[in-house]
Amino acid sequence: MTNSHDLTELIAPPHHRAEVVFAVASFLVAVALATQWSTQTTWAEGQPWSRQPGLWPLVAIVGMLMFGAGELVACLVRNFRRGGGDTLAEVLHWLAATEYLVWYMAYVLAVPRLGYLPATVTFAALLALRLGYRGRLLLWAPVSGALIVVLFKAVLQVRIPGGALYEVFPQAIRNALVIYL
Amino acid sequence: MDTLLAALAIVTRWDVIAALLAGSVGGVLIGAIPGVGPPVAIAILLPATFGWDPIVGLTLLLGIYGSSLYGGAIPSILINTPGTAVNALTTYDGYPMTKAGQGPRALGLAFGASFWGGMFSVGCLILLAPVLARVAPMFGSREIFLAALLGCVMVVVAHRGQALAAGALLFFGLFLNTVGMEPNTYSMRFSFGQGWLTQGIDLIVVVSGLFAVSQGLILLAGRDRVGPVPTLNGSIAAGVREVFAHKRVATAGAASGTVMGIIPGVGEFVSQFLSYSYARASSRRPDLFGKGSPEGLVASESANNSVPPAAMVPLLALGIPGEELTAMMLSVFYVHNVIPGPGLFRDHMDFIAALYICLALLNVLALAVLLIGTRPLLKVLAIPERFLGLLILILSFVGVYTLRNSAVDCLTAGAFALLGVVLKRLNLPTVPIILGMVLGGIIEAKFRTSLPRIRSVWDWIDRPVAQVVFAMICVVLLMHVWALWRDWKGKKNGSIQH
Repeated sequence: MTNSHDLTELIAPPHHRAEVVFAVASFLVAVALATQWSTQTTWAEGQPWSRQPGLWPLVAIVGMLMFGAGELVACLVRNFRRGGGDTLAEVLHWLAATEYLVWYMAYVLAVPRLGYLPATVTFAALLALRLGYRGRLLLWAPVSGALIVVLFKAVLQVRIPGGALYEVFPQAIRNALVIYL
Repeated sequence: MDTLLAALAIVTRWDVIAALLAGSVGGVLIGAIPGVGPPVAIAILLPATFGWDPIVGLTLLLGIYGSSLYGGAIPSILINTPGTAVNALTTYDGYPMTKAGQGPRALGLAFGASFWGGMFSVGCLILLAPVLARVAPMFGSREIFLAALLGCVMVVVAHRGQALAAGALLFFGLFLNTVGMEPNTYSMRFSFGQGWLTQGIDLIVVVSGLFAVSQGLILLAGRDRVGPVPTLNGSIAAGVREVFAHKRVATAGAASGTVMGIIPGVGEFVSQFLSYSYARASSRRPDLFGKGSPEGLVASESANNSVPPAAMVPLLALGIPGEELTAMMLSVFYVHNVIPGPGLFRDHMDFIAALYICLALLNVLALAVLLIGTRPLLKVLAIPERFLGLLILILSFVGVYTLRNSAVDCLTAGAFALLGVVLKRLNLPTVPIILGMVLGGIIEAKFRTSLPRIRSVWDWIDRPVAQVVFAMICVVLLMHVWALWRDWKGKKNGSIQH
């Protein structure tokens, strides 16, 4: 960071060319919702407009459309004038993040099957391997996962049901696993 | 006196003391780790606090909120990486001081200024309490409707240069709030025949996705920070004492943060901007700003740390959150069926007083933790960022899944996480979505309850408080239009005016 700071960046961050992707997507979502308004809300007979269930979704969608259209036009103008950044590289970065969302969802689906502790330890170890960690960090990942499980399930008693895998254990062990891990 | 004694009885409970300690230590730790920040921690911890007494949950969450801003100064000053987003300004003067061999002095100044700002704000809250107790009951449905509307307007205009995106996101949040069963006619709105949408979209799921899961994804998709863990040679306490030499700047920063914190939708960045601009304009050495100015550091830290206590004012007095963190805290009230607003000051003044005492104690504890533990705390800077991302994903699972043991909630949080990734990468605000969801609910409910007393449009502003709030909305909009016109005129003349 240089010593010459633009203080206005604090309250008005610089524009990125890829913002136009967001602007197009958000405007299309608003248009899609607008087309569904009449079928996804009901008209309450005998009620004035101010008490209609569809009023506030309509206000929200009209607002999304108006601001979304403005945002789209502003993005196009800014990109034409001076926008910084590479749009494709930025979109590829967003896609790179989705890989880890897939990992996260796999973990979510594994918990009811394997159980909270085994799923967490396995997830942490495999993801650490994927990230390229070896040695101490590869060891620390499942250990940290296990500590989080113990803290939340055994100490703070958060509600996470036992895994289907726990069924193979004898009753006494199964009970302990369901309650604490 | 009875209220004070009742408040002290609450504060001296073992669970409140535990929350005070956990909040101050945990907040400092979370702030010191770049890439985590209070929204992530609060989003993860929120469901866990639902089983606790409101004062315990709020003390823990407020402790994390306030103390993280103290801790966030550490990486900002020592490695030029803001611990939390609002510590970005601290890097401007903090890091040059470290490069000049004045790291401990800079840390001391930051901690001292943070303490000054935090305590000033709590002091203002205590002084304001009797006023709020008298004014809050004057807010009926119409006034709260208008105040929520003011919050919506503020959150849009406060995002200068991004007002259109902020507006679109605010209305998106407002739309999300309308999904599911309409409570008066029991008809479905935008549920698309899906059973899981019948109950609507849960605020906690959205918050967890936008703040926690998205941050995990961003860290995982990024690169690990490389560099040695810094060491400290010198006295931090001397820097803390030096703040007294800059008490004018510290007080101006604290006042700026307090005022901006009270106004819904504004927050830390604007308060820092005003505080820093004032400090530079009134300094004998304005040339030092951005190159290691102690005054710049004090202005930045005193302004951001005075916001968290002040942000509780609209939440407690009117039930209107000013930013994303107090919006999350609002759910703690709702879960326990405690409705923040005018009735809270009338019926639960001991609770309010206890909360204020806790806020003051949290500042004392955070400063003590930092004076004792900054050196060992530096070890957290060695944790690789992608490893933190992995831990955030594991922790986020707890926050979302424990709500209803639903994989669909996790999938929904995942979808919002992707949105969060896009918004954060583009430097677009996430706050308007959350405020849209929360304020949208308040606006809809208060609009409906106001209707029986409304005969004409003028009935909305036929009471003094409503007139004042309406005038504020008009002034804010006029100022925004004027600022836009000035910018346009400046561009036309070839120079951009800020």
